[in-house]
Amino acid sequence: MTILPGASGARAPRPRAAAPHRASRLTSAIVVAVLIAALLLFFVVPVIWLLLAPTKTAGQLEHDFPLSFGSFRQFGAAWSHLTSFQGGVIWLWLRNSAVYSGGALVLTLATSVPAGYALALTRFRGRKLLLSVTLVVMIMPSAALVLPIFLELNEFHLIGTAWSIILPFSFYPFGVYLVYIYFATSLPRDLLSAARIDGADEWQVFRRIALPLARPVIGLVAFFSFVGNWNNFFLPYLVLPSSQQFPIQVGLNQLLSSTPSFNPVAGAGLDITSPELALAVIIAIVPVLVLFLFSQRALVAGMLAGSTKE
Amino acid sequence: MTVLHSQHDTVPGPVQAPVPARRPQRRRADLAGYLFVAGYTVLLIAFGVVPTGYALYLAFTNADGQFSGINQFSKVATDFRFGPAFANIAVYLGMWLFLVIVLTVVVAVVLRSRVGRGVSSVLRFLFYLPGALAGVASVLVWLFMLDPSVSPAGALLRAFGLDNFDQVLAPGNLPVILVLIAFWTGAGGWIVVMYGALNNIPDDVLEAARIDGAGPWQVAWHIQIPMIRKWIVYMAILAFATGTQLFVEPQLLETASLGRISPTWSPNELAYVFAFQYGNFNAAAAISIILLVVGLLCAGLLVTRSGLFKVDEDR
Repeated sequence: MTILPGASGARAPRPRAAAPHRASRLTSAIVVAVLIAALLLFFVVPVIWLLLAPTKTAGQLEHDFPLSFGSFRQFGAAWSHLTSFQGGVIWLWLRNSAVYSGGALVLTLATSVPAGYALALTRFRGRKLLLSVTLVVMIMPSAALVLPIFLELNEFHLIGTAWSIILPFSFYPFGVYLVYIYFATSLPRDLLSAARIDGADEWQVFRRIALPLARPVIGLVAFFSFVGNWNNFFLPYLVLPSSQQFPIQVGLNQLLSSTPSFNPVAGAGLDITSPELALAVIIAIVPVLVLFLFSQRALVAGMLAGSTKE
Repeated sequence: MTVLHSQHDTVPGPVQAPVPARRPQRRRADLAGYLFVAGYTVLLIAFGVVPTGYALYLAFTNADGQFSGINQFSKVATDFRFGPAFANIAVYLGMWLFLVIVLTVVVAVVLRSRVGRGVSSVLRFLFYLPGALAGVASVLVWLFMLDPSVSPAGALLRAFGLDNFDQVLAPGNLPVILVLIAFWTGAGGWIVVMYGALNNIPDDVLEAARIDGAGPWQVAWHIQIPMIRKWIVYMAILAFATGTQLFVEPQLLETASLGRISPTWSPNELAYVFAFQYGNFNAAAAISIILLVVGLLCAGLLVTRSGLFKVDEDR
């Protein structure tokens, strides 16, 4: 059902006020066009600029047309400058990010899927309390808990270990809520009761009936968890003391402070200039970008998870 | 519980049979439920409940672990950086909320009823794409976008009298810069949500209004926007709650401004400075508790009042 302005006009009482009608429709079409064009520029131009930046030298970035392509040779130069920064530490950062986000992903799925299932489809004392607490913690911005978590980790002398990142990352109430909503709305309880009557125990019911049906929501939880953790900066920034342990996001921060354009003192003499920094940003977001491109549809469904429940 | 009831209701035959069977079965279901939620509950306690409790403990004690009442709170509240940090965040939040509410709703309406379906879906994707660059990446991109010497919008910046990067990064401009970054990475997602909410409005409602002679803007104002009000409130509260927690963006901008921007621009940064520069965890915890209470209030408000999150429906 496309609703074009023209389609609605066909039904309007045309003979009476055709001319003013058309004029106002023209103005509103122009308003719409200008709005969309402006937003399109705002959202897309920075992305295009970013993708083109590593093909130019710092000088070309200043003097050439901002959205021009430089050369592949220059891209290669930026690449080798970046990858030789501190002996290729950027690969280490990427690997760390993968370990932290991947480890947390496994733990998140292992804990949130059974929990969401149990909250939706089993009955136990304390269930409502757990559900309410989950909702509140889910809505509360996670950054609010970062400093308290740091203080706690510090108390238990866990600062600086990979677990000090992976374990807090694994706590993902939003994932539990997504799974809960999914099971509560799309899996009929009668189906489970039938299986129980047939003699299946609780684990078999979960494993054989619920889990295979949950594939879409598992994908969704995995996506949001991975992307959120990959882009997380605050906790690793507080918890990890050494550059060797940084995830890529914290690494980008270090690159920023090593760039002469933003730090003339410390950055002097280094090869990390604007094109290298732009390239680092691209490398840092590639995994997330790829996921974005492939899971658009699922994403929209996830963002609207609440709306299915009115 | 309801499952068991309905199960028994459907069982024909003698009434006394289900009664003795009920207890063990109930306990078995209880046990299974506990096992399923065990892993998550441990994480919830370890990284939700305990840190909150520990922060509370720190906030109400002094460095020697003695109870100190609201001393820590009054100490941080009278710190010369406390007022400015909260004032900064308030200015930012005012601008950000206004912009995100007005623009996302208007854009969602336009995408829903003024352009073709294919165009609309492409546009939604393009607006959403920068969301992939959330966090540090978005700040770095905008450092370039706001540097008149390299920015594609350099002419625009100069038209505003901003000839070089230093002028752009003046402390007074920070709220605007942060709003730009937040809008760039976050608005697309909200447009998608608002669009989805608009999509839930039945077509015949809109059709009826149109037959009655309402133009597209009138339909939007009198029908579509009121019908998605719940979602607008949801967005406003979440955007507010997240906005209070700002840390990464001002922190990076501080680095890039070579220290001209205050390192305690936002409350979370102030807490960070207390913890890491002074080693004063009690004061840091007090600020964290204040921020946590704000977050909790927002969350509680949404859960209990918005009607978007049903905790349970006992069928």
